Amino acid sequence: MPIHEKSLIRPENLVTHEHLEIDGVDVSGHWSTFITSRAVTDYNEQMQEEIAALPGGEFIHRCWQCGSCTNACTVNAINPDFNPRYWIYLIRMGFEDELLRDKDIVWQCVSCNKCTYACPRDVNPEGVMKATAHWLELKGHTEKKPSTVFDEAFSEQVFATGKIEDGRVLRQFFARTGQSLMQDWLVALVRGLVSRLPVGLMMKLGLATLFRPRTHGWGAASAAIEEYVEECEAVARKALRLDVQGAE
Amino acid sequence: MSGKYKQVAYYPGCALEGTGHAYNRSTKELGKALGLDVVELENWNCCGAMEVKNVDPKLQTYLSARNLSIAEGMGFDTVMAPCNGCYHNLKKAEYDLANDPASREVTERLSRKAGHKTYEAGKVETIHALDWIKGAVGEEGLKARVKNSLKGLKVANYYGCMYTRPRHIFPEKDKGPGSESTSKPHFMDDLLAAAGAENVDYPLKTACCGGAHTLSDSDTSTKLVLNLLTTAEACGADVIATECPTCHTGLEMHQVRAEKVFGRKTTVKILYFTQLLGMALGLSARKVGVHENFSDSSDLLRARRLG
Repeated sequence: MPIHEKSLIRPENLVTHEHLEIDGVDVSGHWSTFITSRAVTDYNEQMQEEIAALPGGEFIHRCWQCGSCTNACTVNAINPDFNPRYWIYLIRMGFEDELLRDKDIVWQCVSCNKCTYACPRDVNPEGVMKATAHWLELKGHTEKKPSTVFDEAFSEQVFATGKIEDGRVLRQFFARTGQSLMQDWLVALVRGLVSRLPVGLMMKLGLATLFRPRTHGWGAASAAIEEYVEECEAVARKALRLDVQGAE
Repeated sequence: MSGKYKQVAYYPGCALEGTGHAYNRSTKELGKALGLDVVELENWNCCGAMEVKNVDPKLQTYLSARNLSIAEGMGFDTVMAPCNGCYHNLKKAEYDLANDPASREVTERLSRKAGHKTYEAGKVETIHALDWIKGAVGEEGLKARVKNSLKGLKVANYYGCMYTRPRHIFPEKDKGPGSESTSKPHFMDDLLAAAGAENVDYPLKTACCGGAHTLSDSDTSTKLVLNLLTTAEACGADVIATECPTCHTGLEMHQVRAEKVFGRKTTVKILYFTQLLGMALGLSARKVGVHENFSDSSDLLRARRLG
């Protein structure tokens, strides 16, 4: 698969004048199409450092732009705009505005780790995608994306009880994202299962939703984890200078 | 290489107690039929999955390390995890604890506060259910025990992402003949072939099913799964053999979703490799939990006189 490249000349950067004369020369019409300047003056010089401070982003500085990540990428194959190599370039250069054009798709990384497998520089591009998605959310560039809502619903259960019950994760995720559980594909799926399942197992699965599976004596671990998570959040906020910005 | 792993610690993980129940049942029944002893880890916890890793990778390392320390405390040097996610995470914890001082420090600190022994890298070997069957019984051992050959059954072997990637956490793979390959895995192919199955040349063995976003980005997952299903059909497969509960459930869910939402119907069946091997050893379909799968494979099994 070839490395997909983006054109930096976008339709909105092309300007054609109906009547324009410069120094007595007529530069009107299609043959005198102008391209607006791409000179960048507002670099975000902190962006790489901030993303490197978030879990997964630590090794972004190693990237030498070979493109193996994008070439291997699962999501890129279905959406050419999903381009890890390009985003790493933008982050390292500080081209924040360009990165923000793709802010609503970065979270769609499926963590298949093909990029991390292919990367000759151990950048851990999968981690960089996660760190970038979190950076966009923490900075307020995007709302909390569905993947983060899911991760939170899942992790909260693990932190509280040591285990998850997948039916509960599903219900919480649908509730938190305001979706109905009555999606016809989900209904069809459950209906098919129920028609074949013996009563005993249905009872067992039903009981699992009432009596949540849990790890015994989890209290101390739970407390230690909650404390650690709070510490991590504080470190991230400091690295991203969020409390300073919040005061503005 | 058979003869190892006669008794192993068993880490089912959360999925195998929920949607992957059939995998749990068939794994245990397969062990029983082969005379292998599996002892479930006492009071285990979630391995951290993808979701906790996304919150903080070191936290996931701690969660997995706690399970490894339980295995060690129970006197085991091998823990078997049938779920790709669990298997991957225990392996990753092992790697990080051996190579990353910061992960070691967090695990040490959390273990101390939680009041249990800190796991140290190198004490327990994590293996997948595939390694387990391959190591304990092997192809020849399986062949000798087959009662109901899978002869004529065309199988696409699907391994997913977490079984082979990223390669640095699987130092035992890619070691030449006999070892597993990270680019073209074959352990499941080997075992099913020994049970008589005809493996098709499936090019998407390690492609992604979008399991991470099964619910959070369903359209992406459906597209990826549909690609896996239609390719398996184009290869002539009757069934896709799986070895991961997330992949398995994802394929089943999105097979239905592809039909309901995209109007694309596929008929290839989806079964755990443990279910196929169990039936080849003469276990009933019910015993290996085929009725607990979301998708209905009964017509294929009837036609093939399996289970």
